[in-house]
Formats: sequence, structure tokens, C-alpha cells
Amino acid sequence: MMKSNVLRRFLPAALMASAVLVSKPALAVNYQKLVDADTKTFQAYFLKEFPEVKLSDYANGVYALDEDSRKQWQEMEEFPPYELDVEAGKTLFNKPFANGKSLASCFPNGGAVRGKYPYFDEKRSEVVTLEMAINECRVANGEKPYAWKKGDLAKVSAYIAFISRGQKVDVKVNSKAAYDAYMNGKKFFYAKRGMLNMSCSGCHMEYAGRQLRADIISPALGHTTHFPVFRSKWGEIGTLDRRYAGCNENIGAKPFPAQSEEYRDLEFFQTIMSNGLQYNGPASRK
Amino acid sequence: MKHFSGIIAAAALLMLPSLGQAASKADLDKGKALAFDSGKGNCLACHTIADGEFPGNFGPPLIQMKERFPDHAVLRQQIWDASAKNPKSMMPPFGKNGILTEPEIDQIVDYLYTL
Repeated sequence: MMKSNVLRRFLPAALMASAVLVSKPALAVNYQKLVDADTKTFQAYFLKEFPEVKLSDYANGVYALDEDSRKQWQEMEEFPPYELDVEAGKTLFNKPFANGKSLASCFPNGGAVRGKYPYFDEKRSEVVTLEMAINECRVANGEKPYAWKKGDLAKVSAYIAFISRGQKVDVKVNSKAAYDAYMNGKKFFYAKRGMLNMSCSGCHMEYAGRQLRADIISPALGHTTHFPVFRSKWGEIGTLDRRYAGCNENIGAKPFPAQSEEYRDLEFFQTIMSNGLQYNGPASRK
Repeated sequence: MKHFSGIIAAAALLMLPSLGQAASKADLDKGKALAFDSGKGNCLACHTIADGEFPGNFGPPLIQMKERFPDHAVLRQQIWDASAKNPKSMMPPFGKNGILTEPEIDQIVDYLYTL
């Protein structure tokens, strides 16, 4: 009897509460909140896996995890191999187009805009990356776009990254369309692919810090903060999507084209996972 | 009766390889070369093996293989498609995805049993 009284008293309240829950999807979904929760879980995974590594240090990639490689890397960074690329990028950035304008006319803040990219452009309904914006500026001014992945494009990107060092990674997801792009990148990150049947997450989360032959696997957290990179293996500077393509080739998967939707969404997802870190590109890598 | 002994003979033939029919030294060397070749088995990328240099540590060291894999078919299947047993396995499905041919897998398995 007592029980049913209690039930009777609480039932209306329970019904109201469930009504609120049911009608919630009709209200605006807080996509940023969903994504922030993912970022927190993602970062917590690494913080638990490597309790001695500080969150901010993940911007240094694999060198956050291995002391010996870190020492070698620090020696290399004393005379950074990308220094000439940054200089060249600066010249290109300020070099007048045929119409008298320059890349500098397209970017505010003297070009220190690394922290604004990538972002989801709501009008275009797609992810816009820094490299994409650089080439769009050229095309809009009647110039030919740079070739993707390396060369002049990577140099300008390196210059912009260099003068933006210390800017915070803070990518926003404010709409259903932006969330869809994020989810697309997230699926890419966790999906197994290629002849070797491997995923980004397999190596760069589950096995981060372990050795693949003589190479130590970098953590996915912080992956996008330091690009473009001067890779010893390349002997030159290259962009993030060049690295994505190389990684896909390594696992026997056909790479997607540079700046394809797949890679831009992946960059979007990965950068969001690094929200709260600082941009510190360009960098040198093995 | 004649029929029955025929079956036994066939079964015995099938069992021959798993009875440890000794692979020749040349075959074992080939198996080792395939295991070490970074474009083939590339086992060293993830496993410590004998005198292989700079082995990775994604997977366990390849030692005491007879004790760990008393069943020949289980070891072969692990190489052919590790994801059959564990869908989350990082190990590439060497047979299923055609990274190695069937004879190459056999040669590697024979070599692994010497470890």
C-alpha cells in the first residue's frame, strides 16, 4: 500500500522527466559538449597509459614518450632543419601576386593564424584546412595553386605555423554538419584498412610508445600540433596529408588524394582530440 | 576392409607434415629469410626472433614455439588470419590478404618451430 502511494506520488514527476528526455532531441543538441566528452576520454587514455608524461608534452609527438629519442631530437632542433623553409615561406607569403596583392592580404594577424585551422566552414559545409586556405587565396587572386603536400605550400604553412607558435588548439563543433564531419574523421581513425588490416588507433593509441622494429610509435594525441614537419626520411618539409598518405601506403591501403574530404575530416577529428594543447610547428621528425 | 585401410593410409599421409616431417636445412633457411624480409613476413617488425636485429615489441617474442603451439594448425592459422581468433588483433592476416603465399606460410611455420 505504502509502495503504491509512493509510486503514485512520484509517477507524474517521473513521467514529466521522461517527457523532457524524449523531447530533448527536438531541442538544439550541444555538439560541442559531445565532442568535448570524447576529447576528455581520448586524452585520459594517454594520461593513464603514460602517467609520467604531461598533457602539454604530447605536442612533441613520440619524443614525449622516449628519453633517448628526445635527446637526439633536441640536438637536431638546435639547428632546425626547417629553418630555411620558414625563411622561404616568409618570402613567399609576402611576395606580391600579379594583381599586387599577396598571401599576406588574405590572412589577418600578420599571418599568425595557425590556431584558426582547421575549422568547419558552416556556409560551405566542409572542413577548411590551412593548406586549403593558402591555395584558395592564390586562386582567388588569379594565381595558380601550389602543388599539395610539399614544396612552396609546405614552406608557407611552416612560416605561418612558426609565427603562430604557442597558439592554443581549440577547434569548435557547433552544428550537425560539423559533427558529421567529425564523426567521419573519427570513423576513419578507428577503422581497420589496407592489406595489413590496420587502423590509426591500433598503432597510435593501443601500441603508442612500443617499438615497430627500431621505430617507436608516436601517440595520436598531439599528432596535428606540429605540422608541417621536416622529416629526415623525406629530406624535406611536408604537410600532414603527405604523412597521412605515407601511413596509408605503409599498411597497404590506397592513399586518398591530398586535401580529400577523408583526410580533412581526419585532420579535424585528430585536432579536436588535441584541443587544449599548443601549436608548435614546424618540427623535425625522423 | 581394404577400403578401411585406404582411409588410414590417406589419413597418415595427411598427418605427415604435422608429425614434424623434418624440413630440409635449405627450406628452413628460406623460412627464416621470409620471416625476416620486411616486404614479406616482416615478423621482426613486431617480434623478437633469434638473432634478428632491432626487433619490435608489438607482439610476444617468438620462442618455445612447440610448447606454445603444440597444434601445428593453430600456429598456421594465427599467421594466415589472426583476426579470426581475435578481431582486434593487430597482426596482419598474411594468408587471407595475400601478403604471403600458402607455401611461404608453410616455410615460415616450419622455421618458427625451430625456435
